Order: sequence, then C-alpha cells, then structure tokens
Amino acid sequence: MPLLSQLTTPAGRHATLGLTLGILLIWPLVAQAERIFVSNEKDNTVSVIDGETLEVVETISVGRRPRAMAFSSDGSELFVAVGDDEAIDMIDLETLQVVRSQSSGDDPEVIRVDPNRPYLYVSNEDDNIVSVLDYEARTLVTEIPVGVEPEGLGISPDGRWLIATTETSNMAHIIDAEAMEAVHHRLVGARPRHAEFTHDGREAWVSSEIAGMVSILDMEETFDVKHTIRFDVPGVPRETVQAVGVVLTSDGRYAFVALGPSNRVAVIDQQTYEVLDYILVGQRVWHLALNGDESRLYTTNGVSGDVTVIEVDGLRAVKSIPVGRFPWGVIVEP
Amino acid sequence: MRIKSPTLRWLVAGSFAAGLGWSSTLPADTPAPITLGYLGMERPDDREPLSVLAPVLDDEGLQGARLGINDNNATAQFLDQEFVLHEAEVAQGDDVGEALQGLIDQGADWIVSGLPAEALLEVMAHPALGDRVVFNAGTPDDALRGESCHPNLYHTTPSRRMLADALAQFLGYKQWERWALVYGNTDEDRILAETLKAAAERYGHRIVGDKMWPHDPMARRAEGGFHAIQREIPVFVQDLPEHDVLVIADETDYFGEYFPFQTWAPRPVVGTQGLVATAWHRAHESWGAVQLQRRFEKLADRWMTPRDFAAWLAVRSLGEAAARTGSVDRETVIDYMLGEEFELAGYLGLPVSYRTWNHQLRQPILVTGPRMVASVSPQEGYLHPRTPLDSLGADEGESPCRF
Repeated sequence: MPLLSQLTTPAGRHATLGLTLGILLIWPLVAQAERIFVSNEKDNTVSVIDGETLEVVETISVGRRPRAMAFSSDGSELFVAVGDDEAIDMIDLETLQVVRSQSSGDDPEVIRVDPNRPYLYVSNEDDNIVSVLDYEARTLVTEIPVGVEPEGLGISPDGRWLIATTETSNMAHIIDAEAMEAVHHRLVGARPRHAEFTHDGREAWVSSEIAGMVSILDMEETFDVKHTIRFDVPGVPRETVQAVGVVLTSDGRYAFVALGPSNRVAVIDQQTYEVLDYILVGQRVWHLALNGDESRLYTTNGVSGDVTVIEVDGLRAVKSIPVGRFPWGVIVEP
Repeated sequence: MRIKSPTLRWLVAGSFAAGLGWSSTLPADTPAPITLGYLGMERPDDREPLSVLAPVLDDEGLQGARLGINDNNATAQFLDQEFVLHEAEVAQGDDVGEALQGLIDQGADWIVSGLPAEALLEVMAHPALGDRVVFNAGTPDDALRGESCHPNLYHTTPSRRMLADALAQFLGYKQWERWALVYGNTDEDRILAETLKAAAERYGHRIVGDKMWPHDPMARRAEGGFHAIQREIPVFVQDLPEHDVLVIADETDYFGEYFPFQTWAPRPVVGTQGLVATAWHRAHESWGAVQLQRRFEKLADRWMTPRDFAAWLAVRSLGEAAARTGSVDRETVIDYMLGEEFELAGYLGLPVSYRTWNHQLRQPILVTGPRMVASVSPQEGYLHPRTPLDSLGADEGESPCRF
C-alpha cells in the first residue's frame, strides 16, 4: 500500500503546480523526490537514484574506492569515505559535485557524523585507531586506539556513546564520546562489521560477518551482550549466511539485517528478537537504508551490481535498480 | 648473508612479545602468558625459486607467526592475556629434537612447525613433546593427516589433496576435463602426481597422458637457458594426447616455470606453476585480505607467502580460542578449537575451522595466476552435506586417520 500511495503522489502534485511554481523557480530542489545515494566501490562513483521513478538520475565521480557515506548535520553535504585516496570526499547536495576533500588517515572505511558537534568519526583499519575529524575546521581532533582492524562504527542518538567494532579482535569497543576514549571492550561474533543503535539509544546491534550473527548490547547499564541472534536460512549453506548491514525502524518494530552472500535480508522483531522472515534480494547484499517515512528499504548488492527495493509493508522485494560495480553503501537524503 | 652454523641456530634468544609495548601495560595479577615456540628448518642450499623475480626467503613461516602474536596481543590487552613467541631454526640434517627441547626449556607450551614431513614426524615422536599440541604450518603431506596422523597434531596448511581438489573443481567449472600431466623426479612430485590423479577421478576429469620431466635440479642458473628450453619443451610434450590443460607437478619449483608459452599445443599450464591452487597469494585482496597483506608487509618488509599464512592461522587459532574461553588452559582451549563454536576469520570469505577426524583446518583455497586471483574454491555447485569446504581434501568417511 505505501508503494501505491507514493506512486500517486506526482499526479496530486501536478494539480498544485501553479501554486508552487514561484517557489520552484526560487529553489527547484524542493520539488525533487527523495534521493538515494549508492557508493560503487569498484567504479569510484556514487549513483543517485530518484525515489519516485526508482531510476538512476545521476552518477557522481568521486575518489578511489568509495564505501561508507554520511550526511553533514545540516544536511548540505554528503561525506564519502574514499579508502584508496585516504580521504573523505564532500559532495555538495545541490550541485552534486565533490566540492572538497579532507584527509582522513589510512584506508577509511566506515564513517559516522556526531549529532552535536561538527565531528566525523572514521575507522582506520590499518592503524587500529578511530580518527576524529572536525569537518568545519578541517582538522584532526584526536585518534582513539582500539583493537585490530576497526571497521563498524555506531553512534548513540544523543551522541554520548560511540561503538567501534574490530574485525580481527572480534570486539565492540564502547567509546565515551566526551572523553574520547574506549571504556568497555566486549567480545562479539567473528569479524564484526556494523554497529547500529536503537532509536531510543538503549541497545546497540552489532553484526558479525563470519559468525553470521547479531549481538545486542545493553547500552543502559552493563554494556554487555544481552542477546545473540543467529540466522538459519532454509536451503542455504550456513557459511554463506554472513551478517553485515543493520537498520532499525524508528517505531521499534523491525530490524533488517543484510546477510551477505546468502542473498537474503533478515527481518527481525526488534522487541522479541525473533527472526520473522528472509527476503531474497540481489547477490552479496551488503548495506541497507530506510527511506524517510520508512516505507521502503534499499539494499546494495555487491556482486549483482544493483539495488533491491523492498516494500516494508508486506516485506516484499519490488524492484532491482542496476547501479555501478560493487555497490557498497546506501543512504537516503533526510 | 646467511649465517652458517653446523648446529642449531637460535634466531632470537629472547621472546617476541608484540613489540608494541602492550605487555608492559598489563596489570600485575596477569595470569601466565601463553607461550608458543616456532620451530623451523633452514632452506636447503639448492632450493631457490626458478624465476629470479621470486625472492629467496629465509624467514618464511616465522614472520607469519610473529604477526599472529602481534594480532593476538592487540586483542589480549583487553582481556588480561598475553602471547609470547620463542623461535628456533635447525640447519639441514641437524637434530630437531634438540631444538624442540630448547623451545620447551624456554617455556613453550604450544609448537608451530615449519618443518618438512620427516622432521615433523620426529618431533611428534620425541619424548620431550609430552602432550603439547603441534601446529603443522609447513608440509602438505597427506600421510600426516592420514595413516601417520596424531591426536596432538593440527594442520593449518592445506594438504596436497585439498590443493588438488581445489584446482580440479575450478577446471571442472571451466570444463577443461582432459588433462596431460608432467611431474618432476622428486618423491614429493611423484606423490603429488598420484594426488592429482585421485582429484581428477573424484571430479570427473580424465588424465589422457603423463610424463616425468627428468631435469637435473643442479642446472637451474644457466645463462640464456631459454634457447634450449624453447626447443626442448615443445618436443617433450608433443607426443601427449590431445588435452585441454597441461598440469604440472613440480613442488620444488625446478622446471615448471619453463612450461607456460612453450607448449606444443596452445594450452594453459596449471598445477604448481601457471594457474595454481594455494592457501595464500599476494594478489588476494578480497574479504579484507588487503589489511592482512598490509600488516604483514609492514612487519616483514616482504610479501606474505602461504607458509606465513599457515603459521599466522595457527597462532590466531590459539588467540581466538583463548579469547573466547577466557582461558589459557590447554584442554579448555583445544576443546573449544575442535568445537562447533570455533570459527576463525581467515580473510577467505568463509570461516575456517578444524576437521575433527584429522585436525585439518578446512579452508577456502585460492586459484590464482602469477599476478591475479582467478577464483576461490570450493566452486559453486560442488555440494557437501556438512559444508562445501569439506569437498576439498579427505572427507570423514575416507580418511584413514584414527586417533
């Protein structure tokens, strides 16, 4: 149903075209549909998908090996970690051009933006540190030592806690974002890739690629793993079930977990931790993003080079959109 | 440059503990460290790679163990654990028992072996070993995983059979099913030729003909050798029946490198040269492997080899089991290593774990050219009731190993 109502929106908009024309002339972007940005790791580009037509409308050239993306707090820029250039490219969201680039330290992979300060957190896999950059002053604020191969980063909604996962140490390092120091270290499943806080900040969900599991950390008191979710996709070899991207709906209902080369997205009840369903998507599904009203879920499928669009109401894959080679990250403009 | 010594040489007298200063930050009540000993053997003088482009290495394996200790300690610092490595290398023909004893005297509770098969058997039979566990990171010998297996012997390097099966699966995927086989005149190459034949049979290939290359291993550095090679090889392979691929079995690398582009029929060269099946290769960068390659190169100032990788896997297996169990107790660690829960991330896309029936590490195998990885086996479509990884090497039912 949400899909149908979205499809009918353009017709409604035509009726009011005359009224809004003046505004459109001043700021044409207002009338644009939601935009979805996809980083193509092998093509050194970011594909821009129109949220209404579900087609690629623009391909932005960026630095080498683009992976994680994040929006600046004011929503004017898109940051892209370009690993082989050891930098963060910053894309102006009006012109869709890379307008500046900030040095980030070795091999940046995952980035997160602080909700309160103009800080950008970067995991530097080769140096066992998380770098903290000030993207306004364009300076390096500090470096936080963690375990071997930091990868996933998650930040609590209030900005108090940062979680860095280390792929070889197999740990979630819980960092006090005020003190800029790792204060708790918790073992999780093998090769942890991603950390995502629930919208109320009480839990952090950490996915482990090789173990194929999600560890749920209590972020209120103990900071321990309070629950572990395992996946068993019928008819699929256990080894190919690898947990990577995680998104959580803001109403606390669903969690979605990308299961890598098993080509499935798991649907989980956020409250009971029960796995409700597996949705077949493209090959080697890596990261996920919900759109603004959380009616759609977008997945990047690295091997098949496309994005699957899932309708959240009904939990159905409704479309694949071809993008560049090895799509890695996906993010929807707020 | 190499220091010659008639008896056993100690590479490093002291211990190699991370080198990053973490050990000093551990609290005073830290439990005893987990002490490993790396036992290697000097490379035979006449064993150098045929191509002058390949470096001559005298620290293969050892550097992988050192990196494993670094990686373990980076995690162990958060868990009040510590790993220490002692190192020993024996000269050709020297007593491995003495070297083993030396490591044990220094406190080594776990042994990582870079030894060839015969020397490793000596170690396994040596009374000083006690019930210590040995990780074989040096020899692909199938007998050590079969009739000569030992309950305290674990293998992180793939067996010959695993490598042969990995290649056979890829050739099956390509539908290159008619093989002509050329093997060397060493014992290892004769065994490898038999292993390749078994793999061919398992995966539906046909060996249409085979020949032994009678090359004298002493004459490998003749100037302008290609003049002769260019004439010699086409003639040598001319009488082999029509085939899809030419399979070379030359583990010591004394003639196989001559074959690509010199064949009579325009056919790819695979096996130990040309397209090879291997546990590790510098061209491998998927699944985060680029991070391991970079860490290794920073430490060792050279590329990581399959032997380095096997030693790294051995040390990391211990690190993983000790971290998960929170224990340094030998039995606890071994129980965990052999259990269902044990899954080590080996930068190969799938978790690696130990086969309970012969203690071989099940692992994906790279199929690679000299400069680019072509594929990774097991190939899609080769099924196995337990895990596709068990389609490589001796399976539970067929292994002659009985602990």
